[in-house]
Amino acid sequence: MALKGNLQDFGITQLLNLVNLARKTGSLYLESRQGKCMLSFREGKLIYASMDGEEESLPVLLQKAGKLTPEQVRAIQQHMAGRPDRDIAITLINSGHLKPEDIVKVVNQQTLNTVYKVFSWNDGTFRFEPTDMPPQGKMTTSIALENVIMEGSRRLKEWERLQDELPDLDASLKFAERPTTPLRDINLSPDEWRVISFVNPRNTIRQIAQSNNMSEYQIRKIVYSLLQAGIVQLVPSQRQQAAPAGAAAQPAAAAGAQAVQMRSPAVKRNVVQKLIDRIREL
Amino acid sequence: MQTLKIVVTGPFASGKTTFIQSISEIDVVATERRISNESERIKNQTTVAMDFGRITIDDELILYLFGTPGQRRFDFMWEILSEGMLGFIVLVDSTRPETFREARRILETFRSYSPVPYIVAANKQDMPDAWPAEDLRIVLRVEDDIKVVPCIGTKRESVKQVLLELLYAILEIMDREA
Repeated sequence: MALKGNLQDFGITQLLNLVNLARKTGSLYLESRQGKCMLSFREGKLIYASMDGEEESLPVLLQKAGKLTPEQVRAIQQHMAGRPDRDIAITLINSGHLKPEDIVKVVNQQTLNTVYKVFSWNDGTFRFEPTDMPPQGKMTTSIALENVIMEGSRRLKEWERLQDELPDLDASLKFAERPTTPLRDINLSPDEWRVISFVNPRNTIRQIAQSNNMSEYQIRKIVYSLLQAGIVQLVPSQRQQAAPAGAAAQPAAAAGAQAVQMRSPAVKRNVVQKLIDRIREL
Repeated sequence: MQTLKIVVTGPFASGKTTFIQSISEIDVVATERRISNESERIKNQTTVAMDFGRITIDDELILYLFGTPGQRRFDFMWEILSEGMLGFIVLVDSTRPETFREARRILETFRSYSPVPYIVAANKQDMPDAWPAEDLRIVLRVEDDIKVVPCIGTKRESVKQVLLELLYAILEIMDREA
């Protein structure tokens, strides 16, 4: 019988704990607002993970990891079209292009990246099917769940903190007016540069993430570090600005400028001066 | 009769009630209750709705000081209290870094209610482990054009200075707009 339930009542950490301690074999299906995920296990070890039924082919993963060139990937796609990843892996190993450990490392990383994403899911449903296994021909691995649970929990805490620090991805960014260090003197990673290149009050953080194909976790982490370094500043979203009742909607850039600019209250100058004089007397 | 309102906000136990008591000409109308939550038992009583102080300016003008409840579960009161405010003061207990993040959140929330001028008051500066006001500026990420003023909420002169700094900030913005 399939185990079923709600992620609000029984979270990912508890589910993985259960699979680990009961040394379960089968596949766990998760459905949430964030997407759908399939995790497969053999005797309590994680062997496969797939998000939204889509996953990048092994050659593409190897290219991203710098193990294959784009030309090599194109050649593989031409000559081995339709062949399962496992066959491609065997061919690459037999031809001496890659060592088995290179492939294992890349597949492990891809599996872990997928499973860490679901740690932040706290709503939706789960279903564990003990008879389901990964699709035929897919590369599988074998990862002990203890470390996954530990690392996932650590990331979850970090995720919660990042969400706390940066709750609104519809806010935009602008360059700090007076950065403490000139941009050219700061060592940025390629991903940070990619984000920097989109900094503009008209681009929301969510849009920057989409343009750079980054997850919410990645973009929050990068934006948080850029904010901490004083390189960029937040421009609150229109929703956050809570424009006065009756105010017409404005383009994002104009609204952003208004948000950072304070306005004087609706009183006359001489009234404020009276307050000052009186308080001085007290 | 014209009435004006300044809101004093800040995290739980940052000293808002004491701040208002130090300057109000009437006994502060405090709506305090004994604290029921053990995790918040830093002090025995806390404000559950608002504090209310008054300074009469002249026959025609009264300034009210409203202190917001510091506990998060009463934050539904904040927006109501912020309506029509002249400006606001974010009072921070400089000795309790664990409240700084909450202070920043409160600051952002009030800023979203109304674009009126505000200042940050680094309270309890007489305590030995108080963080300097300028360090608070950095951790709270307060922009350079916003004042972060050292404060001792138990001392009337210090409270006066904080209020004056807010009023000066209002005048500066008026002059800039003129």
